[in-house]
Amino acid sequence: MCSLSRAVITEFVFLCLSPEALVINDPDFQHEDLNFLSRSQRYEQAIRKSSLMVMKLREYGIADPEEIYWFKRTCLGNFIEPFGLHFSMFHKTIETQTTDAQKKKWLPLVRGVKIIGTYAQTEMGHGTHLRGLETTATYDPATQEFILNSPTVTSIKWWPGGLGKTSNHAIVLAQLYTQGQCKGLHAFIVPIRQLGTHEPLPGITVGDIGPKFGYDEMDNGYLKMDNFRIPRENMLMKYAQVEPDGTYVKPVSDKLTYGTMVFIRSLIVGDSARSLSRACTIAIRYSAVRHQSELKPGAPEPQILDYQTQQYKLFPLLATAYAFHFVGAYIKDTYHRISGDIHDGDLSELPELHALTAGLKAFTSWTANAGIEECRMACGGHGYSRCSGIPDIYVTFTPSCTYEGENTVMMLQTARFLVKSYNQVSSGQRVTGMVSYLNDLSRQRIQPQHVAGRTEAVRINDPVSLVEAYKARAARLVEAAAKNLQAELNHRKSKEDAWNRTSVDLVRASEAHCHYVIVKLFTAKLSEISNAAVCAVLTELCLLYALYGISRNAGDFLQAGILTDTQITQVNQRVKELLAVIRPNAVALVDSFDFHDVHLGSVLGRYDGNVYENMFEWAKKSPLNKTESVSLFHQSKQNCKSCHSGLY
Amino acid sequence: MCSLSRAVITEFVFLCLSPEALVINDPDFQHEDLNFLSRSQRYEQAIRKSSLMVMKLREYGIADPEEIYWFKRTCLGNFIEPFGLHFSMFHKTIETQTTDAQKKKWLPLVRGVKIIGTYAQTEMGHGTHLRGLETTATYDPATQEFILNSPTVTSIKWWPGGLGKTSNHAIVLAQLYTQGQCKGLHAFIVPIRQLGTHEPLPGITVGDIGPKFGYDEMDNGYLKMDNFRIPRENMLMKYAQVEPDGTYVKPVSDKLTYGTMVFIRSLIVGDSARSLSRACTIAIRYSAVRHQSELKPGAPEPQILDYQTQQYKLFPLLATAYAFHFVGAYIKDTYHRISGDIHDGDLSELPELHALTAGLKAFTSWTANAGIEECRMACGGHGYSRCSGIPDIYVTFTPSCTYEGENTVMMLQTARFLVKSYNQVSSGQRVTGMVSYLNDLSRQRIQPQHVAGRTEAVRINDPVSLVEAYKARAARLVEAAAKNLQAELNHRKSKEDAWNRTSVDLVRASEAHCHYVIVKLFTAKLSEISNAAVCAVLTELCLLYALYGISRNAGDFLQAGILTDTQITQVNQRVKELLAVIRPNAVALVDSFDFHDVHLGSVLGRYDGNVYENMFEWAKKSPLNKTEVRKPYLVGLNDLWRSFPTPTIL
Repeated sequence: MCSLSRAVITEFVFLCLSPEALVINDPDFQHEDLNFLSRSQRYEQAIRKSSLMVMKLREYGIADPEEIYWFKRTCLGNFIEPFGLHFSMFHKTIETQTTDAQKKKWLPLVRGVKIIGTYAQTEMGHGTHLRGLETTATYDPATQEFILNSPTVTSIKWWPGGLGKTSNHAIVLAQLYTQGQCKGLHAFIVPIRQLGTHEPLPGITVGDIGPKFGYDEMDNGYLKMDNFRIPRENMLMKYAQVEPDGTYVKPVSDKLTYGTMVFIRSLIVGDSARSLSRACTIAIRYSAVRHQSELKPGAPEPQILDYQTQQYKLFPLLATAYAFHFVGAYIKDTYHRISGDIHDGDLSELPELHALTAGLKAFTSWTANAGIEECRMACGGHGYSRCSGIPDIYVTFTPSCTYEGENTVMMLQTARFLVKSYNQVSSGQRVTGMVSYLNDLSRQRIQPQHVAGRTEAVRINDPVSLVEAYKARAARLVEAAAKNLQAELNHRKSKEDAWNRTSVDLVRASEAHCHYVIVKLFTAKLSEISNAAVCAVLTELCLLYALYGISRNAGDFLQAGILTDTQITQVNQRVKELLAVIRPNAVALVDSFDFHDVHLGSVLGRYDGNVYENMFEWAKKSPLNKTESVSLFHQSKQNCKSCHSGLY
Repeated sequence: MCSLSRAVITEFVFLCLSPEALVINDPDFQHEDLNFLSRSQRYEQAIRKSSLMVMKLREYGIADPEEIYWFKRTCLGNFIEPFGLHFSMFHKTIETQTTDAQKKKWLPLVRGVKIIGTYAQTEMGHGTHLRGLETTATYDPATQEFILNSPTVTSIKWWPGGLGKTSNHAIVLAQLYTQGQCKGLHAFIVPIRQLGTHEPLPGITVGDIGPKFGYDEMDNGYLKMDNFRIPRENMLMKYAQVEPDGTYVKPVSDKLTYGTMVFIRSLIVGDSARSLSRACTIAIRYSAVRHQSELKPGAPEPQILDYQTQQYKLFPLLATAYAFHFVGAYIKDTYHRISGDIHDGDLSELPELHALTAGLKAFTSWTANAGIEECRMACGGHGYSRCSGIPDIYVTFTPSCTYEGENTVMMLQTARFLVKSYNQVSSGQRVTGMVSYLNDLSRQRIQPQHVAGRTEAVRINDPVSLVEAYKARAARLVEAAAKNLQAELNHRKSKEDAWNRTSVDLVRASEAHCHYVIVKLFTAKLSEISNAAVCAVLTELCLLYALYGISRNAGDFLQAGILTDTQITQVNQRVKELLAVIRPNAVALVDSFDFHDVHLGSVLGRYDGNVYENMFEWAKKSPLNKTEVRKPYLVGLNDLWRSFPTPTIL
């Protein structure tokens, strides 16, 4: 029952989270509470801070896209910036998809912020399915221009960040038509507002898409183009090209875009870990501050963190947050490792990583999404106040489930890889990497009792043994999905139809695969931790993560004969025991995430625990307390009087 | 594969949802989109509409609390009113807990809205546990006054609706001290603002608690009292009394408050049904409008509602919404039936109903809460826009999980009743009502194979048989929790400690019990529907609800030997088949909820399906498009340009 200190865990587990120090005391970044501002005020603040941030990044010499991302997300909390896409997608796309001549023209403008751009892909009626995009760019050889059109309402570009008010340029994805033929989707640099006056250009209709669940500071925008002409040179021509006479030159390969997708999805996995960690920090700290009811008659009200049901809500999420941190780090490392190979033209490992990150993006963002709200509700009524900070974490995080690849679509991408791997194994080939467990299936299939025979082998206190259990579950669900798919194929002609009719099973298989990968990575991490006390605590968390998952998915483990009825009962019992074991270290475990109060943005989650006095101070600043309500009150009473007289 | 019309389902299932018609075309209730207003503007609008609503209620002669509740919630969508607590808790408490003399003084003021009141119970540091409240009311016989105090920061009244800015009176719950003794929690009428000027009275600190996840229109408030004196007569004295000399007179019974709690929780069950129905309506209609990707190469993009994964997200929620409607109706009816008995002094059925509504309040609100967000995300990116209407439904509904009894606490209340019933059965007594299945446990315990032997009996296409399966699961989990509790008691001395160490199991038992009750009520409803086609569709929904629940909780059914491995596989397969079966009627099933576009408040969920053009029109009205961009924009941008006069390399 030793209680570890925060510093020890942070040092041995997270190694470093340094850039915070750079800005935490920087007076330029101090600001009023955004909760008290209107959306227009928040937008103005964001523009101001965005500009400041650009200056600071340069001052500190931070240039790597990933460092920039973490500088912003980690250090400035949930700060959202209308310029964000200029520095990420706009800059990066111009850097990577243009010819040398184009680079020479555009890069100084982009880097010097002479122009501000965004990336406009999604349309009102089309998201995930890129081939469905309707915007057209028709080449006119007479003037050597592209004519851009939004032919329908559904083709209006919708959602791009910073498009509504901030940007004066956009990279627009459009179906290219030349010499009477559609050549598919290509990217074009399109000026949308007059430099200087910032008025929309003739033929351009642009604006903000309106208020959202969150992201108040962001002017997500719409863009409608009517016969808007741009020079031929504004097409990004590094790969495909249109020659002056309209001749289309095909690109060599388009597999390279995989890399960017993997990178962005790995950031989302990290974000899932981070956002869930923030919510856990707030809920667990507050649960140590809040007292309620009585466990023993006459004794003082206990901390609500001493209630088993509260622990059962929060500690599995805490374990999940740790697990996701390790998963995020793994994907990042793997990405960097094979990035080198990709540069050398070796794309062999990319398909698996691509398939894996798709599923893990979905798995972690769904779990974190639900978990953040569980943390909020675990704070009782006060969680609902904006001063808890959790509503903000939630509304900022939740788009992760639908953007950069809608989660169900992501799960099905992973499933496609799993089924392909399964079919390879069935046809006698061996597969490698995270799916190599499928190699064992062919053997087991001959002896159905074999699976059941392995039952006794699972040791519920041994993470390594639990990894095997998750592996067996994944293998079983992949096999079941693949067989159901085959059965549908045997009944019907269309592959697409069979796929659709099996997709619920396929998603389950993907989830089981991702779950296995996460338990495996968490377990692998344990052996890397050199401090014995920290390792012991992390082992408890790992066990809780794995056993809680079994408890919640007991049917899968029972049905496959991986665990017996008795073992499931033991698992449920063990989960409860682990809650009590983790309790003394729970606060240290969230303190180790090392969020500074300023960036946590939560009165409930304050490090010093002085919640109530600060909640009172916060409330006093509510804008409703500044305005005088007397006149309003009289006015309404007037209304009431007119109707009440004589009624009673 | 017949596709039913909306009208048929509405007629045969919901019978009536009439009051909508009263206000839908009333020009007084037309208003701009609240999404485009600031919080202060929303509050002002709400005050205006609240006043209007009061007039309309009287105009139409609606006076019953339940009718008022539904008039507001049903007809005006998610409309939130700062006066809400005046007409519910403030009025009702004064009506039911005062003496005749007090009624004579206060009721005309309340009904005539000469004063505006709210109900202040929750404190900053204390919610669920009433005995923990710290506010004190100390009787001073010298002046025959109570002296009210908020002795600590945690004792400040916090959250009451309408307290911050709107109300000039509050019913304050405080620990009563008289003759040096604490007599527990009592209610007092406390004036907080000057009539006329509306300034806070000396000794009163009052204000708005700040922005929240939702409820922008509501001035949830704080109230701090410093030696604030009120006359002795301001204590609500129908039950307990303090005499002029300070003598305390005990109340006769306090079981009657049960009734109010049951009533409020039954409203929340109905609200769960309603809010989930709204979200389902939006998501399912939009999924029929939205096209994406290709199921067949070269064919046009299919409606996303044709994707099995989309159906799997939405149709179980649709079935759940129907189930919760029936549960809400059942509780309401039961409440009314036994309300008569209560008036006659017969409280015998109250404990079970009280225990049942606690759990069902938690079960339905948790499920609806998660389901609303699933609906939002099933709308893809557009669900995140306020124009989808779902963010608003969510933030308005989600407090149901934590207010009027935090959900976990509610589940444990139900568990307490279940364990009590189990213990009665164990000691040879018989129990009645929804828990009567526990009577069978004693027999089964002698023959453990008996349970497994029943396995073959479950017919997965027969709702009645599935009710039995849910019953068996509930029985098993109640028994397991009760045994674990006993085992803890055998090891430790403290009852409270044992209870805490078993509480995860107890919550699971409650959930299983509630799940059983819901499947049972849904199944029972089927036989009441006279139209055969409607009955067939509802039977499919009922099967989906029950089988989906089994699929998601397969471990429970396997572990208890209620279903075999093979049957679980069949259940999973059958769920997928039912999705395809329900598909042709899905839109009619949500249309039958009969939400008018004005009250649905969703561009995505429009009845006419004309989503995209209206989304564009909606966006054009965004306040950000009205303000001139150059000024704020250039402020930031000029900084940038000033700092980088010449292009630099990043």
